[in-house]
Amino acid sequence: MNKQEYELVVVGGGPAGLAAAQEAYDQGVRDILILERDFELGGILQQCIHNGFGLHYFGEELTGPEYAQQFMENVRERGVDIKLDTMVLEVTPEKDVYAINSDDGMLYIDAEAVILAMGCRERTREAIDIPGTRPAGVYSAGTAQRYVNMEQWIPGEKVVILGSGDIGLIMARRMHLEGAEVEAVLEIMPFSGGLVRNIVQCLDDFDIPLRMQQTVTEIHGKDRLEAVTVAEVDDNMQPIPGTEYKIECDTLLLSVGLIPENELSKDAGVKMHDVTGGPIVNEGRETNIEGIFACGNVLHVHDLVDWVTEESLVAGKTAANYLQGGIDKREQEIEVNPGENVGYIVPQKITNDVEDRKLVDLYMRCKKPMEHVTINLYSGDKKLLDKNERRVEPGEMITFPVPEQMISDDMDSLKVDIVKEGE
Amino acid sequence: MSETVEITCISCPMGCDVELEVNEDDDIVDIDGNSCQAGIEYVKNEYRNPTRILPTTARVKGGVLPLVPVKTDEPMPKGLLDEAMEEIAKVELEAPVELGDVVIENILDTGVNIVATRDLPKK
Repeated sequence: MNKQEYELVVVGGGPAGLAAAQEAYDQGVRDILILERDFELGGILQQCIHNGFGLHYFGEELTGPEYAQQFMENVRERGVDIKLDTMVLEVTPEKDVYAINSDDGMLYIDAEAVILAMGCRERTREAIDIPGTRPAGVYSAGTAQRYVNMEQWIPGEKVVILGSGDIGLIMARRMHLEGAEVEAVLEIMPFSGGLVRNIVQCLDDFDIPLRMQQTVTEIHGKDRLEAVTVAEVDDNMQPIPGTEYKIECDTLLLSVGLIPENELSKDAGVKMHDVTGGPIVNEGRETNIEGIFACGNVLHVHDLVDWVTEESLVAGKTAANYLQGGIDKREQEIEVNPGENVGYIVPQKITNDVEDRKLVDLYMRCKKPMEHVTINLYSGDKKLLDKNERRVEPGEMITFPVPEQMISDDMDSLKVDIVKEGE
Repeated sequence: MSETVEITCISCPMGCDVELEVNEDDDIVDIDGNSCQAGIEYVKNEYRNPTRILPTTARVKGGVLPLVPVKTDEPMPKGLLDEAMEEIAKVELEAPVELGDVVIENILDTGVNIVATRDLPKK
């Protein structure tokens, strides 16, 4: 077997892996390898050809490929080693990495630290149990996006989209612009998980209807999709008998959620979080296995790539500190717990004693949309900090910066809740 | 007779539904439903001259992929999006393509250029 040694191995060359590698390099690590399974770097951004990326990080609006190319150039300029078309098969708790490609054959890489940046994948028809036949023409929205934007295939001519998250909305516009008829976008919830601007610019602009509290209850067609049965749902998301109607279509795009891709993490013994579907990490994005870090969508699904970048810079920096002589630990770990109307918070704990740090960013999602809210941070019963927001929704991640000086040695837990202003 | 036009403001994630009242001379006489100044500017512009960035793809010969992503370098009139798609469909580029390369200059006399949004090396 082809054996190599690296200080730092980054699994995944998308926005998370690229930013983490870049920052580790800038912090002084020189011996870095990125492993990427696609034929090029950039990850999912290469197929996200629409604009709207980079407003927070670059202060300008970029498309996905433009955002990716910036970081690809950054790692190339730094001389970071890159292996493309390379599939990682296993990462062990001892940070041995096994991978395979057609140039090296089977690779065994002895790493001192590993950053997991594998991203996420889409939920499928099977994951949401849509009954009916199994014809061609049923795609996950992201697969269709790759076909249309990179591989020059149009999935079909008459399209129904299930799920009004941003990918579903973006694909509605994309299919319309490429000449397909988009019959409807269906959303099982009473609200859309997508950004308002996408509802306006992707649906309203082209008179594509968005139907709330409706879902697909049956798929019809033998070889090719011929129609879907749609029904209204009640507040428990159960189809209401008698409300069914049929839409003729040859294509169904599913935009029904993303799942962090953690098979490698689990095999490495990394502990997972029930709600995020990603590893449990401290504020440096280190997992329960010393020297194994995680960042980006493998850790929790982000709505904006800008936050992926920010998080991955943190992971890259902590990995560098780890490699350069270790990280000072706090005497007492601080658990970070979600309170009222908070779905999850990343990081799940604060464990490190970092000298030059000014802020610890808490990333969180609310459970349900609310207007005019106060976000409160508590240590035990004591309120430390609050901030008001005009609107929160599950589709938009909330960043809550906690100043370092507020984090004291006698704390053992922090809690955040989101309540109506004035309550 | 005045007319009411509804526009969803997308200046921020609030997404206010703003109502414009427009008189028979097409003057905006009242704006209601916005929660900030940015909302007023947005709906005025959106009513008079709605513009959009158009992100799409152009065909490429001999590249590592058959398509390169492109966009308008400035927002273009919304009413011309479909026509612009047809113009871009006529183009076939030759690899290599570089980010920022002008694919179509001054598309449909809008003063807006279609530019490539990534490098696309030769196969």
